[in-house]
Amino acid sequence: MKSLLLSSALAAGMYIAVAAGTASHAQAADLTLCWAAWDPANALVELSKDFEAKSGNKMHYEFVPWPNFADRMLNELNSGGKLCDLLIGDSQWIGGAAENKQYVKLNDFFDKEGIKMDDFIPATVVGYAEWPKNSPNYWAMPAFGDVVGWTYRKDWFSRPELQAEFKKKYSRDLAVPKSWDELIDIARFFQGREIDGKKVYGAAIYTERGSEGVTMGAMNALYSYGFEYQNPKKPYELDGFVNSPDAVAGLEEYKKLYDCCTPPGHSDAYMTQDVDAYKSGQVALQMNFTFTWPGINADANVGGDKSGYFPNPAGPKGVQFAQLGGQGISVVAASDKQQEALDYIKWFSQPEIQQKWWKLGGYSALRAVVEDPSFASSQPYAKPFLDSMAIVKDFWAEPAYASLLQASQKRFHDYVVANQGSAKNALDGLVKDWQGVFEDDGKY
Amino acid sequence: MLHSPIDRVASATPPAIAARIRGLSDRAIAWLFVAPSIVLLLAINIFPLIWTIRLSFTNFRVNRPNAPIEFVGLRNYINILSDSDIWQSMQATAHFLIWTIVLQVLIGFSLAYLINKKFRGNDLWTTIIVLPMMLSPAVVGNFWTFLYQPQIGLFNYVVGFLTGNDPSSFSMIASTSLAPWAIVIVDTWMWTPFVMLICLAGLRSIPNSIYEAAECDRASKWRQFWTITIPLVLPFLMLAVLFRGIENFKMFDLVVQLTGGGPGSITELTSVNLKRAAFEQWRTGYASAYAVILFVTVFGLASIYVKALNKVKQR
Repeated sequence: MKSLLLSSALAAGMYIAVAAGTASHAQAADLTLCWAAWDPANALVELSKDFEAKSGNKMHYEFVPWPNFADRMLNELNSGGKLCDLLIGDSQWIGGAAENKQYVKLNDFFDKEGIKMDDFIPATVVGYAEWPKNSPNYWAMPAFGDVVGWTYRKDWFSRPELQAEFKKKYSRDLAVPKSWDELIDIARFFQGREIDGKKVYGAAIYTERGSEGVTMGAMNALYSYGFEYQNPKKPYELDGFVNSPDAVAGLEEYKKLYDCCTPPGHSDAYMTQDVDAYKSGQVALQMNFTFTWPGINADANVGGDKSGYFPNPAGPKGVQFAQLGGQGISVVAASDKQQEALDYIKWFSQPEIQQKWWKLGGYSALRAVVEDPSFASSQPYAKPFLDSMAIVKDFWAEPAYASLLQASQKRFHDYVVANQGSAKNALDGLVKDWQGVFEDDGKY
Repeated sequence: MLHSPIDRVASATPPAIAARIRGLSDRAIAWLFVAPSIVLLLAINIFPLIWTIRLSFTNFRVNRPNAPIEFVGLRNYINILSDSDIWQSMQATAHFLIWTIVLQVLIGFSLAYLINKKFRGNDLWTTIIVLPMMLSPAVVGNFWTFLYQPQIGLFNYVVGFLTGNDPSSFSMIASTSLAPWAIVIVDTWMWTPFVMLICLAGLRSIPNSIYEAAECDRASKWRQFWTITIPLVLPFLMLAVLFRGIENFKMFDLVVQLTGGGPGSITELTSVNLKRAAFEQWRTGYASAYAVILFVTVFGLASIYVKALNKVKQR
């Protein structure tokens, strides 16, 4: 009888506990955050535990591998799907998502909560949040600052015998390159060299054809050589800017680097392939988005003092730009839980959370974090990251960006990797393609 | 007392409905049974086809839900047929199609001919040979990118070993002249067993008595092969060609995994090109017109081919 009473009490207790749990769960919202599947996303999961504890909302995540990220998420947005409440979408999507009302406009929310865009790195506000560009219309809050930069084998660079050989050959020290020409010299110097009994190569660069790789890579050379997307005084006037002599020289420079100094078979490489080539000790230099730097710094083979970081070098005229990466966080207009999603953004915007975000491996775009005197020395890659963020340029963020991107992918890959035609042909063709897209879009 | 489930169902049917069913003709009952399938077919195949044809005459873009949809007449069709890139991808598809079919038929038939001979362990060999076609094309594509890797790839190593060249001196998927062959080799590796199985079925369907009669007539093996084996296996071979032709015309996953359409656009087959227009550039109307053109092409070619196949079978 006693045991019967005991088990009845236990069952009743369990029922009450479960019911209470269910009740409290019913009051809280289940939010889904969508992003790419990569290291920063894991850091965000860790960071968001604090939000869950404070708000009572439960976070769910939909992380899609990079090659499928755009396909998956743009399908979701275009179909008005309710999978994502929050989306950390690519910077190029802003135009389309804003014009098609797929993101919630955040101006009123920012005003109400006192979130100021002046508090963020200016380039990230333009790149990740604004549409139309340079207008105070905000569709996202800068969430993850990123830019293309370079990693180099500091340990190889500091070897006396290599230093001496390099100096003899090029009459300068083997050091971080200041220009694209110097970068190619270094890559050529290492190409096919034997180091510690292993054949190594010059540089791992972006050459991928399928999504955006070769464009994100070649643009770094093009920008620094003087490429412009359009006439700064007359929007959508492309001829003479996209295919200017400087732009042609920039594209030729990128091909030169591909031809002389990449590892064999590096014809369809993007972020992962470059990291793999670098971490496996195959290459002296690696082009990649800066999000890869914390992982490299922590790597057992190439991390710590073995690696150094530097911003994209300048062109022959001293012009220096780098391709912007990174994303802003937006509230999806089709979501039924917009208020809770906004609560998340409010929480995420707090300086102490942004500070923690940086510590966990996320690149905060909040000036309070990156302009803190201790920031530059907090990690070996912090200063190069800041220097890189100061020289960013971004690809078109037009609603038709996908068509524009497909055209550049084809033209660049045809020339750089497939060896077809000249750089001038490629850029003339690109002007024609882009003009066609804008014509379809009613820009002319 | 109800004896069977049918009796129970019958008794559960309301008398009014039961009376109606009893009054139906056989033809009406047949329609009643076929109707769900027809409705499904209409919903899943016919309606999307008609909708695609309709969209192909518009400028609709699925990522611009708020933009007005305009009727553009034949503009999409004209743009597609006058686009040199599309003709290049048609050419790439034709190259892929012709070479894979030729190689698969030759190798598949030869393997079937060998396997058909009775020898020790031929069941084991059959199993080993058909393994590649059981794998997912995406996995095969991924797997072969490693085999083609100039530094660590087995394929390059073997070729290097046989030719005396440095394995890392060439890249199958980075070279414009080799990449089309790289996908032909993989598709042939993967799908030759399928052709082999069909040919094997054909070879095993030939009665031994025909060969015995030919032996009595003192026909040579070579003559038996050309006058008995080939004509009787030909319908099977043609069927294999039809299946592989249709399948390879819409080849997508293997190519995407292997080369992504590159280098440049050398291996960008029509299906990859179409996917880019539809789901990367979001040109829905244009992509619909493209799909209609491909559908008509495959349907037309397949119809002509099936007629030829029927003629061969009737001989």
